[in-house]
Amino acid sequence: MIPAAFDYVAPTSVADALAALAEHGDDAKVLAGGQSLIPILRMRLNTPETVVDLGRIEELRGIREDGDAIVIGAMTPYADVLGSDLVREHLGLLYKAVAEVADPQIRRRGTIGGALVHADPAGDVGAPALALGAEFVITGQGGERTVPAEEFFRDLFETAVEDGELLTAVRFPRHTGWGSHYEKFVRVAHQWSIVAVAAAVRVEGGTIAEARVGLTNMGATPLRAKAVEEALVGKELTEDAVAEACAAAAEGTRPPTDLNGDSDYRRHLATVLTRRAVLAAAGG
Amino acid sequence: MTTIRVTVDGSTYEDEVEPRMLLVHYLREQLGKVGTVIGCDTSNCGACTVHVDGRSVKSCNMLAVQADGHEVTTIEGLATDGQLHPMQTAFHENHALQCGYCTPGMIMQACDVLRENPNPTEEQIRVGLEGNLCRCTGYQNIVKAVQQAAGALAGQQGGEQA
Repeated sequence: MIPAAFDYVAPTSVADALAALAEHGDDAKVLAGGQSLIPILRMRLNTPETVVDLGRIEELRGIREDGDAIVIGAMTPYADVLGSDLVREHLGLLYKAVAEVADPQIRRRGTIGGALVHADPAGDVGAPALALGAEFVITGQGGERTVPAEEFFRDLFETAVEDGELLTAVRFPRHTGWGSHYEKFVRVAHQWSIVAVAAAVRVEGGTIAEARVGLTNMGATPLRAKAVEEALVGKELTEDAVAEACAAAAEGTRPPTDLNGDSDYRRHLATVLTRRAVLAAAGG
Repeated sequence: MTTIRVTVDGSTYEDEVEPRMLLVHYLREQLGKVGTVIGCDTSNCGACTVHVDGRSVKSCNMLAVQADGHEVTTIEGLATDGQLHPMQTAFHENHALQCGYCTPGMIMQACDVLRENPNPTEEQIRVGLEGNLCRCTGYQNIVKAVQQAAGALAGQQGGEQA
C-alpha cells in the first residue's frame, strides 16, 4: 500500500512549522512519529496535499523539570519516556502505560504528543495523562495557551488543538511516592487496548489518601472514573473495600461495541480491571 | 521530489525520492536491498524491521524522507568480511526458521533486544520480540537462537576486553 502523493515540508523550528500550517491550511497534515499517520496515509483514509514533518524540530524533544511539573516535549519518542529517570521517579503511571504501547519498534518512532493529538480512545497515553492531571501546552501563531486534561480530549480523534496550532509540550504534575499500575486487557500481544485502566494511589498508614483512575477505550475519549476515585479515598486498603469502590468503574461511560466485545462486556471488564489496577498500584 | 542523503549498510546514497515513498520501498526498489521484506504492510508483523541510527524500526512505517541524514542498517549489512553476525549464526545453528519470511526482521529486532539488555531472560526475549510475528509459529527455536547469540556476543566482548 502506497500513500497518495503529497508535498513535504520539514521545518526546523516551531515558528516555521506554524507558518507552514498557516500557508497550507486545511490541506496540511502534521506528521509526528508517524506510527498512526503513516498507516492512515497508506490506506488512503486521509490524503493531505502537504505533510508537515515535525521530526527535525529539536526544541520539541526532551524531558525536563519545571517546578512541580515534569515537562515532556511533544515530539519525545516513547522510548525516551521509558529511558527517563525523571519519568520513572515522578510519573510511575505514565512509565507503566507507555511500556504497554504497541511494540519496541513502534515505541522508538512513536511520540507522546503525536499519540495524544491523534486521540485514539484505545491508545494508552490518554488515560494516564487524564488521571495525572496533565496540562497541554498548545502553540499557535498568536502565542501559547495551556489546556487542562479535562478539556483536551473532545471527541473521537478530536482534541483542543485547533487548525493551525500544534501541541508543543505536556506538563505532568509530579506524583512522587504514589503507587501506580496500568492494567491493559488485550487479546494478543502488541495490540490496542480492548479496555485498560490507569490507576495511581497514595497510601498513608494502610488507608488510601488519594486516588486517580483513568479509563482507556470506555468511550469516545479517555475518561476519569471519578466515582471510583471518590469511593476509594479514606478506604482501608483491603481487597473487599477496593472491590466495592471499583464496582462503580463503568459509571458514566459509553464503551464501544466491536469485534472484541460488546459494550456490556467492556463495562464488566472495567470493574474487574480497575480493581486489579488499584490493588496493584497500592501494592507497589 | 525531495533529495535525501542516507547511509545504508555503510555506503552513502544521495537520491531523489517522492515524499510518499516508504523507507522499505526505497531500500528494496531503489537500492536493491531485497533482504528486507514486506510482510503485512500494516506495521504489525515486523518482517521489515531495520535499524535507524542503531535502533530498530519498522521500515514500512517510515517515509524515506524521514531517513534523510540518518544511518540505516539492514539484514544485508550485518555480516562483516564475509562472516555472519553471531545472531545470524545462531539462527542458522538452531534452525530458528521454517519458511524464513520473518527471519530478516526477527534477526534485526533480536539484535536490538540484546543491545538493550545483553543478558535477557527467556521472558524478556519473548517480550522484546512481541512486534515480530512468525506465522509458522516457530518461536521456540527463535528464542533459543537469541539465547545462544547472547552467550556468543558476551564471550566475544569478554575476549575483546581481555
